[in-house]
Amino acid sequence: MTSASPPRPAGKPDLVTLERVTKRFPGIVANNAVDLSIRAGEVHVLLGENGAGKSTLIGMLSGLQQPTEGRILVGGTPTPITSPRHALALGIGTVFQHMMLVPTLTVAENLLLGGSWWRRPKAGELQARAAEIGRTLGISVDLGARVEDLSLGEQQQVEILRALLRDSRLLILDESTSMLTPKGIDDLGALMRRLAENGLAIVFITHKLKEAAAFGDRISVLKLGRKVGEITPERLRSLGEDEIVAEIVEMMFGARAGGDPEEAQRTARAFPEAVAPLLEVRDLAVPAGSGTPGLSGVSFAVRPGEILGIAGIDGNGQKQLAEALAGQLAASGGTIRLAGEAMDGLGVGERHRKGLRYLTDDRLGEGTVGSFPVSINFFLKQIGTPPFWRNGIEQTAAIDKRAGELVRAYDVRTPSLETPIGRLSGGNIQKILIAREFADGARAVIFNKPTYGLDLANTLATRQRIRDIATGGAAVLLISTDLEELLGMCDRISVMASGALVGTVDNAADARTRVGRLMIGLAA
Amino acid sequence: MTGLFSEVFLGALLFGAITAAIPLLLAGLGEQMSEKAGVLNIGIEGMMIGGAYLGFVAAFYSGSLWLGFLFGACAGIAVAALMALLCVRLGLNQIVIGIGLTLGLEGLTALLHHFQFSRSYPRLPAAERTEIPLLADIPVLGPALFRHHLIVYLAIALVFVMIYVYRRTQLGLNLQAAGDKPAALDVAGVDVIRTRTVAVLFTGAMAGLGGAYLANVGAGIFIPFITNGAGFLGIVLAMLARGRPVWVLLGALLFGLCLSLTTAMQVAGINIPTDVIQMLPFLAVMVMLVAFGRRGSLPAALGIPYERGAR
Repeated sequence: MTSASPPRPAGKPDLVTLERVTKRFPGIVANNAVDLSIRAGEVHVLLGENGAGKSTLIGMLSGLQQPTEGRILVGGTPTPITSPRHALALGIGTVFQHMMLVPTLTVAENLLLGGSWWRRPKAGELQARAAEIGRTLGISVDLGARVEDLSLGEQQQVEILRALLRDSRLLILDESTSMLTPKGIDDLGALMRRLAENGLAIVFITHKLKEAAAFGDRISVLKLGRKVGEITPERLRSLGEDEIVAEIVEMMFGARAGGDPEEAQRTARAFPEAVAPLLEVRDLAVPAGSGTPGLSGVSFAVRPGEILGIAGIDGNGQKQLAEALAGQLAASGGTIRLAGEAMDGLGVGERHRKGLRYLTDDRLGEGTVGSFPVSINFFLKQIGTPPFWRNGIEQTAAIDKRAGELVRAYDVRTPSLETPIGRLSGGNIQKILIAREFADGARAVIFNKPTYGLDLANTLATRQRIRDIATGGAAVLLISTDLEELLGMCDRISVMASGALVGTVDNAADARTRVGRLMIGLAA
Repeated sequence: MTGLFSEVFLGALLFGAITAAIPLLLAGLGEQMSEKAGVLNIGIEGMMIGGAYLGFVAAFYSGSLWLGFLFGACAGIAVAALMALLCVRLGLNQIVIGIGLTLGLEGLTALLHHFQFSRSYPRLPAAERTEIPLLADIPVLGPALFRHHLIVYLAIALVFVMIYVYRRTQLGLNLQAAGDKPAALDVAGVDVIRTRTVAVLFTGAMAGLGGAYLANVGAGIFIPFITNGAGFLGIVLAMLARGRPVWVLLGALLFGLCLSLTTAMQVAGINIPTDVIQMLPFLAVMVMLVAFGRRGSLPAALGIPYERGAR
């Protein structure tokens, strides 16, 4: 078949085509003239960072949002997708980033949602079809289980099953791996492969390079709402994995090639015992709450300029440690000293004022007030204090001036100072938190999972900020569940298990094995 | 204390309990559907008094109680349609609109009543009763429980219809999804706004019917503010019962008994200030809230307007 203009080497016709699709929100262009062709039997990976416009693109394909400009073709015909129901009728099934199942209903009931309301749900028919699909594709879910009792991976299988039950021809998976275990990710990859072999078109959204290279037949890269590049199946087959990664990095970050940029090695510095610790904690204890671990006998010291890592499986008391240090959680015993001065009994504001700072991992929940403007969020911990408040009156000019300085200094991308912070992306919220905690005399900073949920560029920027403040002489406590991050950043690493520090190792060449041994309960 | 344990007293107490329970039962079942679908319908008191007024007017002029019930339900639906437009479609605050509708309807019906009936205060004849064969002949209990207007038995049968709807039908699934996770219902291809609107209109119909029963059968007369918090008690019942219609029935009977005790004790000549007795149902509410209020959680999206694609 010879087609005139644009050459289509694979010969497969497009199932869905996006032509110069643009979506504008107030103050932001989420998608800018994006072209995309989605074909049957192909896993099309959409790769991009937070805020690259991936989710908006999916919203338009699944009928949640309408494009401002451009058009979507389904089977070659221009088709406005007006509602989720319409999308389903067109054969477009979506597994959203946030699970779209009713937690209080059973799997079967969730799958039956959407039938005609006057009919009785056809449970028997569902069972037969689900069993058949499950057998051919290796999906097994218990139809009688309540959704809230299922793991995230199982819930995702239910959502995929739902899309298949509705005879979807295109299955969209939005950031589906972010909640999964490594094994779950491999399983999902294998499942996508089987689905594509059965003739489905798959759109797989991710911000992880390795997943894109491993699972994709075709890769499109989005950056700041634009499509900046595409790797065709032919090219993809001819390249090795390292070459693919290099090419994508090139597309995403311009000329910053050279392998996976996440890998940065740090050589640990030794801090002489003679240097007085800046942050010193002795026998810190916190009683256990219902479902949360307590702390017992936690002791450590961080010297000026030093980064001490806290490794461990999530939920072993890391959050309690951070909150006890910040003054959010009352300690039942032990002492916390900042440059020799006891912090015990001081509140959050007082500790902040004295230079003990805490960056929470719960950025929107406790770190910021989502509906408050960016400007006020910079000063949440200083509310009521001069120069930003005088006699209880908000000094708008002073707040805006300082907030403006911080926005520029920390490269926060926000439409305005008045924008509610909840509308910003995770990376920009983190920048604001960093600016807030670093400003005006930070002496010791506690980070709790500082790069959790951030994209690569923001992860790297955040890590550089942490290094910078340590270089500037602050004591840094870096709590993370990402061992690579700790190995790349810290001078020493302590391992936390069941609310206690089980060992501390210098970040030398054998640190990885020694920390790993401590984490699984062996001696270093 | 002579009259307290007599058969007459007991009979009147139980008969009154059923009569008082039916409007609460209807309101509670109606409110339950709204809450299941995620709408906190505070306007139910207004829907009830609207139903009481129009139901009375229709029954008074036509002479037919059934026509009264029909018009009562229609009045409730009309008020509910306004609520659905403002709170479900336009997403305005459900509490503010609900209170506004209640106060507005109370004032409107009082005003209309003043112009029409303030001189005459007409009464309807006593409602015709349907006796259930055999059961109605049981001493004391028979006349008290099995000699009521037909609509009483229909209201109790409705409890079991609702159980069936919630457990076995597609509508039941959709309603629960609309209250627990509306976004999931939306992406499953069901219109959340429409589902919630159906629920609110049903609430209006039930509240209007309950109001009409209250005026036409319970009192035989319409007076301003006749519902006297029955709609709010319906909200309490729905909250306490969560998704279970049977609990609405049990709660309504308990409250009905309290209300009936108020009248029965006055009739028996027991010397307790009437104000104290009239507090009984509301004390019962507080006791029930303390006892059961914390159990189970309400629908996750209760009171939150649904907007597609909102973050």
